[in-house]
Amino acid sequence: MNFFEDIAVGQRRELGSFTFTPDNIKTFARQFDPQKFHLDEEAGRNSLFGGLAASGWHVGSVCMKLLVAKGKEEAAAMLAAGETPAVWGPSPGFRELKWLKPVLAGDTIAFESVVESLRTSEKRPEWGIVQARNVGVNQRGEPVYSMLATAFVPRRAAGG
Amino acid sequence: MTLTFEDFPPGHFGTFGPRHVTRDEIIAFAAEFDPQPMHLDEEAASKSMLRGLSGSGWHLGSLMMRMLFDGFLGRTASLGSPGVDELRWLSPLRPGDDLTLDVEVKDARTSRSRPDLGIVTFGMRVRNAAGQVLLEATSPIMVRRRDATSAAG
Repeated sequence: MNFFEDIAVGQRRELGSFTFTPDNIKTFARQFDPQKFHLDEEAGRNSLFGGLAASGWHVGSVCMKLLVAKGKEEAAAMLAAGETPAVWGPSPGFRELKWLKPVLAGDTIAFESVVESLRTSEKRPEWGIVQARNVGVNQRGEPVYSMLATAFVPRRAAGG
Repeated sequence: MTLTFEDFPPGHFGTFGPRHVTRDEIIAFAAEFDPQPMHLDEEAASKSMLRGLSGSGWHLGSLMMRMLFDGFLGRTASLGSPGVDELRWLSPLRPGDDLTLDVEVKDARTSRSRPDLGIVTFGMRVRNAAGQVLLEATSPIMVRRRDATSAAG
């Protein structure tokens, strides 16, 4: 994971992809979102989604899963190069989350993250604040998921 | 009785819960979706910014979804949601927390393109037993109208 100083607006990270199956859609839905269109094929077909659809919280959680995996991959590469990876802080939240199209059983969604803004905080001089647009696109090239995430990222010159 | 658009006038809608959250649940969710040390391991978590084992923010959001379902969405003519306008993680989710969900209807409007449904914008707040607010979010949900025929006419 990069330090704040090494991040630029427009930087793009490809996060990899994930296939939603009837099994993983229903397993998540049973626990967190047991609306019938997330649990039953026929109910899904008869809904606005037009098929067994993943919970939007499942889609968001999968994007998080791929972000964490990417971060670990980047940290390992930095360590291998003899550099010290940054440890990112917790996220204060997100805005503009859009479930643009249903994610149906069998869909493979590729996620990416693009840096949108960078700022420093007077209150926390050791941290920078990064906003990134995380987007998911299905196998037909249709955007299905988009959100503007915020994260605290450590600065290299921590505390000056 | 199934709740429809007409059952969501602007104002306080209800308070739901409590929902108890265990350490095992926190670790199981994190292992699958958010395997960062602060969500998996007490020792590593004690050195993190959040000082102690905490649940993934996506776990907390997903638990909020389940509390919405159990509270009223499971008996509402819901057609799904287009998204979340804003979500703020204000305090960490901790093992043993008992969560309460406050729900407010911020706005309820009918759809011009789809006269059979309305869009209800909910304000949601998740608190722990000590009253500390862990999460605040605003999200619209599409809800069927009671009499789609007369609404269309």
